[in-house]
Amino acid sequence: MIPAAFEYSRATSVADAVNQLRTAGPEAKVIAGGQSLLPMMRLRLAQPGHLVDLNGIPDLDYVRVKDGSVQIGAMTRHATLVRSELLRANLPLLAEVAKEVGDPQVRTRGTIGGVMAHADAAGDYPTVALMLDAEIVTDRRRIPARDFFQHLFTTALEPDELVVEVDFPVSTGAHRYLKFRRRVFDWAIVAVGVQRLGDGWRVGITHAGPTAVRAHAVEDALRSGATPAEAAERASDGLNPNSDVHASSEFRLHLAQVLTRRALEQAA
Amino acid sequence: MAQLVRLTVNGSPRQEEVEPRLLLVHYLRERCGLTGTHVGCDTSQCGACTVLCNGQPVKSCSMLAVQAEGMAITTIEGLAPADGMHPLQTAFWEEHGLQCGFCTPGFIMAATALLAENPDPTDEEIGRGLEGNLCRCTGYVNIRRAVHKAAAAMREGAGAAAPMGG
Ligand SMILES: Cc1cc2nc3c(=O)[nH]c(=O)nc-3n(C[C@H](O)[C@H](O)[C@H](O)COP(=O)(O)OP(=O)(O)OC[C@H]3O[C@@H](n4cnc5c(N)ncnc54)[C@H](O)[C@@H]3O)c2cc1C
Ligand code: FES
Ligand code: FES
Repeated sequence: MIPAAFEYSRATSVADAVNQLRTAGPEAKVIAGGQSLLPMMRLRLAQPGHLVDLNGIPDLDYVRVKDGSVQIGAMTRHATLVRSELLRANLPLLAEVAKEVGDPQVRTRGTIGGVMAHADAAGDYPTVALMLDAEIVTDRRRIPARDFFQHLFTTALEPDELVVEVDFPVSTGAHRYLKFRRRVFDWAIVAVGVQRLGDGWRVGITHAGPTAVRAHAVEDALRSGATPAEAAERASDGLNPNSDVHASSEFRLHLAQVLTRRALEQAA
Repeated sequence: MAQLVRLTVNGSPRQEEVEPRLLLVHYLRERCGLTGTHVGCDTSQCGACTVLCNGQPVKSCSMLAVQAEGMAITTIEGLAPADGMHPLQTAFWEEHGLQCGFCTPGFIMAATALLAENPDPTDEEIGRGLEGNLCRCTGYVNIRRAVHKAAAAMREGAGAAAPMGG
């Protein structure tokens, strides 16, 4: 299918993109990797009147380590994250998650900024951002991940606000991300990430609700000396996932527990 | 409003005006007449439209033609030397890696990208490398065999200029 007609312009800098969005008005959107936006436009679930292309902006594609944080430019592609030695050395969990996002073609184009801004319930990076207290850096402020993801496809971003960077704490301890899906390129039906950080564990759950969640109950149980199996029983606390064609709500709750136990047991 | 795009398709520079909503796959099929790149779905799922952009695999149904500005695109038509077939084409033929053939150009382009990065992939690595491509006919076993065979042929021919996409 063919998207509805729109105006198109290329941004040369972040400031230029923001300006163009303001000039073009509420019908305008930015396009990054296009891997979520273009399929939605083809299905006419999205019909922006104007697309501002971020692909020509130099210097938004990087992985840096500075002052204990891993800084990733918004236009960094999934494929770059998979290949980055620096990421593997400083935040191996994210490098492993990137490898499980979509398929090679999607990873060539799709960006970390796009995943954050799109805020799909099954997006994988939001879980990592939430569990590690990452910050989303925009053209005007820094937003903690816990305030950024508000609801399904809904973030704290203003209509003319751009994600320019995502900052994660350097995390080199034991970690694991387990993604349950029927076919290897599918989105997660449910996924669980665990990361040893400081003297505790961080645990995050993907697609057991409209946004990713941090499993505080599991983290607290582990801190009080529970075994992985005992702690994992708390993974479904407070969750109320939807039923859909892929899985019932009960199955998602079950997966949250089982994947949490396995991830904790397999973390290395 | 029409937009100017300048790119290279299978080694030939092109420059023309396109509507921004024109998808790269439709540009290749309808404007360049390169109908080897297929459209199998509307949802970026099937990979039949896979081409190489600067050597990297993309689904050309999920990219605008205007976004190919400055890029070198390789389609299935640009893979083989003028006088023969690419080792992947030969191997798909010999190993029965296709039945209806609808998915085949996409598989071959994805496999080209895979072998450029990993000249001797395992079964598992082939599976992961081709995970963005669906085939409704073969059951994948012969496709995997064909990729192994092409990889071996390309490693052998590596000294003697194996034609590569990108
Ligand atoms: C077959 C397939 C499988 C996939 N599987 C997964 C998966 O398993 N896990 C997963 O996480 N994702 C998956 N994806 C989605 C993929 O990761 C997308 O790349 C991602 O969701 C969007 O990133 P993008 O760069 O392509 O953004 P686009 O599609 O270009 O944009 C998406 C939205 O974000 C906005 N946006 C983009 N960049 C910015 C920015 N810097 N600032 C502000 N707003 C911005 C756009 O305006 C748009 O609304 C899959 C996609 C496909 C096609
Ligand atoms: S036509 Fe199916 S992925 Fe492009
Ligand atoms: S050979 Fe028919 S779809 Fe693959």
